[in-house]
Amino acid sequence: MTNNKSKTLRGLLLGAGFIAIAAFIFTGCPSQQRMLDTGDAAQKVYVAPGEHDEYYGFFSGGYSGQLSVWGLPSARLLRVIPVFSQDPETAYGYSEETKPLFETSYGFIPWDDSHHPHISQTNGDADGRWIFINANNTPRIARIDLTTFQTREILEIPNTGGNHASSFVTSNTEYVIGGTRFSIPYEEDLDVPIDSYSDAFRGALSFIAVDQQTGRMNLDFQIVVPPYNYDLGRAGKGPSSDWVFFTTYNTEEAHTMLEINASRNDKDFIAAVNWRKAAQLVRDGYGTTMPGEYYHNYYSGKQGYAVNDVKNGVTVLDTREIDEDFIYYLPTPKSPHGVDIDPTGEFIVGGGKLATVIPVHSFSRMLEAIENGNIIDRIDGIPVLDYDSTIIGEVENPGLGPLHTEFDGQGYAYTSVYISSEIVKWSLETFEVVDRIDAYYSIGHLLITAGDNVNPEPRYMVGLTKTAKDRYLPTGPKQNHPAQLYDISGGRMQLLKDFPTIGEPHYAQAIRADKIVNQVAQIYEMEENDHPHAIRRITENRVERDGNVVRIFMGSTRSHFRPDNIEGIRVGDTVYIHLTNFEQEWDVVHGIAIKGANNTELLVAPGETKTIKWEPVRTGIYPFYCTAFCSALHQEMQGYIRVSAADSDVALSWKTGTN
Amino acid sequence: MALAALMLVALYYMPFWTISMSAPQYPGGIGMYIHIDDVTGHNRHDLQNINILNHYIGMAEIHKEDFPEFEIMPWVIGFMIGFGILAAVFGSYKLVITWLVLMVILGIGGLIDFYLWGYDYGHNLSPDAPIKVPGMSYQPPLIGCKQLLNINACSWPYTGSIFIGLSMLFAGASAWYGKTKKR
Repeated sequence: MTNNKSKTLRGLLLGAGFIAIAAFIFTGCPSQQRMLDTGDAAQKVYVAPGEHDEYYGFFSGGYSGQLSVWGLPSARLLRVIPVFSQDPETAYGYSEETKPLFETSYGFIPWDDSHHPHISQTNGDADGRWIFINANNTPRIARIDLTTFQTREILEIPNTGGNHASSFVTSNTEYVIGGTRFSIPYEEDLDVPIDSYSDAFRGALSFIAVDQQTGRMNLDFQIVVPPYNYDLGRAGKGPSSDWVFFTTYNTEEAHTMLEINASRNDKDFIAAVNWRKAAQLVRDGYGTTMPGEYYHNYYSGKQGYAVNDVKNGVTVLDTREIDEDFIYYLPTPKSPHGVDIDPTGEFIVGGGKLATVIPVHSFSRMLEAIENGNIIDRIDGIPVLDYDSTIIGEVENPGLGPLHTEFDGQGYAYTSVYISSEIVKWSLETFEVVDRIDAYYSIGHLLITAGDNVNPEPRYMVGLTKTAKDRYLPTGPKQNHPAQLYDISGGRMQLLKDFPTIGEPHYAQAIRADKIVNQVAQIYEMEENDHPHAIRRITENRVERDGNVVRIFMGSTRSHFRPDNIEGIRVGDTVYIHLTNFEQEWDVVHGIAIKGANNTELLVAPGETKTIKWEPVRTGIYPFYCTAFCSALHQEMQGYIRVSAADSDVALSWKTGTN
Repeated sequence: MALAALMLVALYYMPFWTISMSAPQYPGGIGMYIHIDDVTGHNRHDLQNINILNHYIGMAEIHKEDFPEFEIMPWVIGFMIGFGILAAVFGSYKLVITWLVLMVILGIGGLIDFYLWGYDYGHNLSPDAPIKVPGMSYQPPLIGCKQLLNINACSWPYTGSIFIGLSMLFAGASAWYGKTKKR
């Protein structure tokens, strides 16, 4: 074992040395940037004014908690969708409608670290219905509707630490997966010594079922697994579409100084999970119910307030207690990060981030190995398959720190390589590197247009890098993260563009625009407005008092509010302003801002109703106005609210019209 | 002749006139269709949006209920269909000619009515209008295109009118045929 280890270490050092020399040679050569002749590159990313891009790109925001939407290949920013973040622009996370989305079993958490957006799929291809994205820190998964580009649902995942291996969908969006990056005691709120790690800590793999009509998520079951770090996941495709795959690291079960202690083993595992069999076991009653409080937050209607559905208890499959095999461990070199499945569903590519090769497992060989019983060990009941029986290739000389792989459907794979800061293209036939190109700098994930589909479109590739350094005009010690757009339609990769992004994009996906364009809503239909505090006709505007709760039912249309003069509000009141925008014209938005409001302003889309909560603390006259430049008479779109002393007897009154 | 009369049935199912408007903010255009019994938008909410735009210059809102024509016209067209069928049944040349003359009178009457409405709609402006351009009125064109401030408005016959035209053509043909046959 020790001998083996030192051999690997020597190999690693040798490899590192080689790469260092190679990197030195390459960086000495400026042509490695291999930009298309400037004019050609410019032409390829030029989308004329008024014309549309070919692709929507959805980039996670990482620690910004957002999802940014880009047009590709122009790299124009189209929209930033707040998901796990409050947004002063749209009042997302501030308005009464959206605040419940952030409720968790730990209270109101209006931020998170969102990593892996994944578009819903039909038959293994992205279909553009919804996009899911995970929260890494307080484990959650959000669903964004791609007709309105709004976050519609957030599901908390219990008994999990760090939901990083998420939110990847299966071929027909049967499940969205989640996984424990930081194993913790599975039992809820268990107070144990940290060094009881190996005994008391467990990992959990989560399977969230998706309603095909509404998109509504439901935590169907969890699988309790040995206390490793479950890093990334992917669903199989085609023949492997009943399986999902998770990488693991820290099979050493370290709980301190992981950079050293979790990097000792030659091999960690890729966990191959037969989800269809697992789901069947659950249906057949093999599961047990474990306590676990979690919040399920969603809109029950088209509009209105998000509701908090507090759940308790989750169905669990424990590999230690079930005789059936439905998970297999595939030994994989050195703390693999990504696990990516090629479009045919046959190749399972590990991103052995500390390995000197890219290991490629074969799905069909894996099935044979299971059939033939090539099992070298069992860990908590989970069979460990023989490495040689599942591996089909090792890509030599991939650079240092391979992380993630995408595929072009033409027999090539593209792997991002962090330490040597490059993308390597290699053949799925020969497992040899055929091309490599620099990334600026330190690349994490990469995307290929429709890359994680059974039918990728080999047009563009985007590398999402971690540091900008000197790439753009400097903006201080902390700069935006870059992305590079490459042309992969020819034989060699060519750099087209380098642009700063929002937050820290981890994974991103690109879908052909025509799969989404025609479903995008231009307005909320007033006739379908089911908000409980909407007014149906603008003449229904009114103010109601119930104790010290005052509700202002307000309407807006170009260019006035109804009502726009309100009296009889008192210090100590809790005032809810329910603003309905009566416009039914695309992009004609009205807002409202009130002096001294310590919560938010509102921006209300056509046909939408939103609510601001306001607790005035001083008497006086409070102007309010429309924050959206809605019309030629936008500056006239204003009003006044009179706030009187707590004991005043000013009658409640409201009006709009003649002076 | 019966065919000519029945052609008019189409008017119950499709608009016979359209007013379309274009402006920089309306890349997809905005406009309305006039039916014998209704006025509708080119798109679902166009009428509301036209009314919103027009209130800035003091024009009255367009509501179906304000047009007595929409009550009368279906009956008038119904009468013409019945009259036409009668003319066909009797095979009377005189009745066909009378029918044609009535149609022409109705057409001219309709255009005059449309012009008068347009005149009133474009000139009878609210004194409270936020935007007042001295000397400016907003009468839509009777037929053809006209620039009104930022909006280019075009007024043209629409599909239903094709059937009116065909109907009159058939009636004319049947009259001509009847006359030559007599001779």
